[in-house]
Amino acid sequence: MIGVVQFPGSCDERDAVSAAERIGDTRLVWHEETDLAGLNGVIVPGGFSYGDYLRAGAIARFSPAMEAVARFAADGGPVLGICNGFQVLCEAGLLPGALLPNEGLRFICRQVELVAEDFGGPFGAQLTAGKTLSVPIKHMTGRYFAPEDELDRLTAGGQIALRYAPGQNPNGSLRDIAGVTNEAGNVLGLMPHPEHAVDPLTGSDDGLALFRALLAAPQSVAA
Amino acid sequence: MKAKVLIRPKEGILDPQGKAVERALPALGFEGIHEVRVGRLVELETDDPAKLEALCEKLLANTLIEDYEIVEDGE
Repeated sequence: MIGVVQFPGSCDERDAVSAAERIGDTRLVWHEETDLAGLNGVIVPGGFSYGDYLRAGAIARFSPAMEAVARFAADGGPVLGICNGFQVLCEAGLLPGALLPNEGLRFICRQVELVAEDFGGPFGAQLTAGKTLSVPIKHMTGRYFAPEDELDRLTAGGQIALRYAPGQNPNGSLRDIAGVTNEAGNVLGLMPHPEHAVDPLTGSDDGLALFRALLAAPQSVAA
Repeated sequence: MKAKVLIRPKEGILDPQGKAVERALPALGFEGIHEVRVGRLVELETDDPAKLEALCEKLLANTLIEDYEIVEDGE
């Protein structure tokens, strides 16, 4: 079973459910829920959790569901954070770095090319290094930032999962970073929306691979 | 106690909002204004001022990208 966290202000949770259902059974996890027993993987979806007041993702990280997600991640469960979900995971300290307003200060909504890096964990196992993916972005706060020494550490440790294809960096992200993992590799956050790229009818099904990782792990018993 | 918390983008981090404001100024006749940075101001009243700093560290500012300054608001 895959769980999709739903905050007040989430708006991509239904698309995430629909995408994940192509891989296996999926249910919504309300933001006040704390029991994730029986889930194999968790998605923290896109949207504007709690209005994105103060900073994108800053308030959602204190929700009961996120405390449960942090425990789930610490136990090695796969967690996929998409767009606002990426911002929430960074604010929660489950992923390194932070997302800043786009360099061009505009909301950007378009298809982008991504290149998979050589990275580990359940998500890395689904993508061959160098593979290109066509996935849409739609965000205003997607400029990935981490201090230079941290970026070096992430690069050396194989934590950079996805980059925007050369020359296609849409938002000023440092080192063209579109997605990163935690040190263990079981938590992945990315600004692009793989849940909107799961059917050739709408342009691409390159996003599906990431959802497969959510069912690759054994079911959690505690959390 | 009343307090103001000033939150700014950390030095060295590109602040496109500040840059946009700076670029607009000459057209409006304001010359010679540089290094514009745009931040946030949080006004609050607290019964426990000792906890203000922890509040800033934990929620009001993301210290990876922002600096904060607590200013006591004299009555």
